[in-house]
Amino acid sequence: MTARAQPGRIRRALRGNPLNLIALGLLGLICVIAVLGPSLVPHDPLATDTAVALQPPSAQHWFGTDQLGRDLFSRVVVATRLDLLIALGAVALSMVAGSVLGAIIGYWGGVLDAVVSRLVDVLMAFPLFVLAMALVAALGNSVINVVYATAIVNLPFYIRLARSEIRPRRALGYAEAARAGGSGNWRILSRHLIPNIAAPLVIQGSVNLGWAVLNAAGLSFLGLGVRPPTPEWGIMVAEGARFIASGQWWIVTFPGLALMLAVFTFNLLGDALRDILDPRLRT
Amino acid sequence: MTPLLSIRGLSVDFETRHGTVHVLDHLSFDIAPGEIVGIIGESGSGKSVTACSVMGILDRAGRITRGDILFQGESLLAMGRRARDGWRGRDASIIFQNPRAALNPIRTVGDQIADVIARHTSLSRSRIRRRVQQSLRDVRVPDPERRAGAYPFQLSGGLCQRIGIAMALACTPRLLIADEPTSGLDVTTQAVIMDLIRDLARENGTAVALITHDLALAAGNCDRLVIMHAGHVVEIAPTAEIIARPRHPYTAGLLRSVPSLAESLDQLQAIEGSLPDLRRSDLPPCRFAERCTRRLPQCDAPGPLVLTACGPGHLVACRNLP
Amino acid sequence: MTRIGLRILSAIPTLLGVVVVTFLLTRVLPGDPAVFFASNPAMSAADIAAVRESLGLDRPLYEQFLIYLGNLAQGDLGRSIATGQPVAAEFARRLPASAELTFLAFFLAVVVAVPLGLVAALRPGSLIDHAARLIATLGVSMPTFVTGLLLIHVFYFRAGVMPEPIGRLDPFLFEPARVTGFLTIDALFAGDRQVFVAALHQMMLPAVTMALFALAPLARMTRASMIATLGSEFIRSARAAGLSRGKIIVVYALRNAMLPVVTTMGMVFSYMLGANVLVERVFSWPGIGAFAIDSIVNLDYAPLQGFVLIMAAIFIAVNLVVDIVTVLIDPRVEN
Repeated sequence: MTARAQPGRIRRALRGNPLNLIALGLLGLICVIAVLGPSLVPHDPLATDTAVALQPPSAQHWFGTDQLGRDLFSRVVVATRLDLLIALGAVALSMVAGSVLGAIIGYWGGVLDAVVSRLVDVLMAFPLFVLAMALVAALGNSVINVVYATAIVNLPFYIRLARSEIRPRRALGYAEAARAGGSGNWRILSRHLIPNIAAPLVIQGSVNLGWAVLNAAGLSFLGLGVRPPTPEWGIMVAEGARFIASGQWWIVTFPGLALMLAVFTFNLLGDALRDILDPRLRT
Repeated sequence: MTPLLSIRGLSVDFETRHGTVHVLDHLSFDIAPGEIVGIIGESGSGKSVTACSVMGILDRAGRITRGDILFQGESLLAMGRRARDGWRGRDASIIFQNPRAALNPIRTVGDQIADVIARHTSLSRSRIRRRVQQSLRDVRVPDPERRAGAYPFQLSGGLCQRIGIAMALACTPRLLIADEPTSGLDVTTQAVIMDLIRDLARENGTAVALITHDLALAAGNCDRLVIMHAGHVVEIAPTAEIIARPRHPYTAGLLRSVPSLAESLDQLQAIEGSLPDLRRSDLPPCRFAERCTRRLPQCDAPGPLVLTACGPGHLVACRNLP
Repeated sequence: MTRIGLRILSAIPTLLGVVVVTFLLTRVLPGDPAVFFASNPAMSAADIAAVRESLGLDRPLYEQFLIYLGNLAQGDLGRSIATGQPVAAEFARRLPASAELTFLAFFLAVVVAVPLGLVAALRPGSLIDHAARLIATLGVSMPTFVTGLLLIHVFYFRAGVMPEPIGRLDPFLFEPARVTGFLTIDALFAGDRQVFVAALHQMMLPAVTMALFALAPLARMTRASMIATLGSEFIRSARAAGLSRGKIIVVYALRNAMLPVVTTMGMVFSYMLGANVLVERVFSWPGIGAFAIDSIVNLDYAPLQGFVLIMAAIFIAVNLVVDIVTVLIDPRVEN
């Protein structure tokens, strides 16, 4: 029943599907860029120099410069940390809050379950991005609110996941045995039941990371959340949007590629984790 | 008399992730027109693969590597694809173990029977509808007009199997293969379904190949028994003969292991060992040798195991006949 | 029929919940609309208070909610602070633009993804299969707004085959008489082929942009579902009965395989409702999404509220349709 990652499984999953190896490699690359990037960039991401504005990629500016003469390469690299932190923060928040809440209502059921399930139904009745937009607009235009909004929008998935995993298990053999042995309900939940749902949660989380990155970038693109001049992939695309129709493609393309790479990595990671933790879940 | 079905030296391999499995090896037996033959063997002996090979619905991973299958003297393997598709369901048909799973869940049973009839005949819609009703009556489905519009999930397992039989016999085939037709049903329904199959077969002169692991079931319904072990045929004989005088140690073991009401749990006799791993390239010519109590050096001598006559209509594949 | 009726009924509480949530959302908006409205320094505190009263902002929350509900029942979504016009009227004017785009995008996505998934399922492991998966995965990794911009660059700026992304129609052409609000349909009604083609041309890039993202889940689900169905026992029985390949694939396999695909279509539509906003921004499309975004910047809460409500209502309706279609296809589904 428990899907734990044994070392043999990890090795086999990596060898079996080359994409899994690529996923881990890319993940490592992104993490390194996020951590070390800002210290290693050739130019100051905020330094403007209108003399070199709108230059195509060159030896001095690998990704070219934007309309204010800022080095695009430095900005893309520095933005990695911010986008990653937003996505990680949002997913971590919703994973923890959602799974605990879902586990509670799955275990105890009753009125609490009915009420929360209804709330979840209502939340899921909104198209995700629209709800995120409205939440950021309502809470205020700031980065932390983007994190909260993304977290709230993702909550229903984890609540439902945890609930559907815990609910059928609360009356299973080992839970009964634990209860007979004198364990309190909280103990049963935390020791026995929750660890068993760790695998699908983590897999869902990694897929969510990709979506969270897109979400944050989309919101910034619209002007909600991160404000200029902070380097963030979404606003960089927004700034470059004006110029793409007149030929200056690099301002949009490089942040766009960075976005795509990040999302692609997280999607692959989700598949890799599925292979490692529970190959049965693969489509 | 030409046998209706003649399997000659059939060998089938399966490609799997863990290697090539030699599922069938030099399989040979005949079925005469109108007779009811029981094909017995434990799980993994290759009974279903044999059935699928005859019907031509082998899984993509399966390959016929040697041998031939003759139907009324004509080679099935040499038949073109269109001819084979036309033959299937019309001259020979098959029913499966899980009756409800074998039916399309979102199509009425009447429509499904009609599909088969429409495929193999060129009758008008109204004639087909009447044929469907007749089919349902033949398999003794109560209230056939209403039942024809039912979906499989609304019917019991026994009824679903009747529908399966109706579909299989709709075009009066010469051969009906029944692959564990009653294993998924309760005991009383089992008896009823077996009676139905037997009666219908006798009425239409259809030969039946009853595939089962249940020796008692086969003994009670079949004229002849074909015993299979690990992809080999080990013994063939008329039912009474094989029960009275089993010549192959495996058959003897099978007969001994059938529990009777007189025995207690500790008196149950199992056959030692288990099926050999069929992926091995060093399989001995007799695949029962490693479980056999009367194994001799000549049993391991190279060359395929052959069926030899040892009585009237009695064939056995053993190199150490007492 | 009762199965369908019950489903419709169960959507009502959700709708109610959506209304409540939408209402609460915009009460939390920062900034005082009355102050904004009164940006004219000539207005005194009393005038601002009067404005606040007229907007009903001085009443307790539950009263405001009841007023809101009452207005909704009459189709009144409030007024835009920026334009002073009723929101409902503005939405009605702009909705066909968004709808036309979304329908075309959805149609494109389905027409490409489903056959792609089918062919990939019928030939697993082949070149087509791998190509399909690659295209699909790439499509879903690229953010919609980036794809849109890149497509503009390639097809408008470089290749010149697509028109300038400045809205629904070339400014030199006249919109046909408004029947449905869909430029293409109205042009057909008016017999104006030039406008029909021009409108379609203008819609191509934004529709393809939205469709690209939807390709992956649809193609993947079609492929997976078809493969699973083709491996099931009743397909084996159908083959054993000698049914023709065409009949097996279309009548037996496809209908069964479509069930999860229909559900995925619902999800895809929901995604498109959200992506609308981004695409309308990129292509200067005069739809309701663009209206909503502009109003957020102005802290104009009525349009935003109306927008979220309408989107959620459409989504609930779409889910209902998906549910009903599932019930119609699958006789096994109970309530």
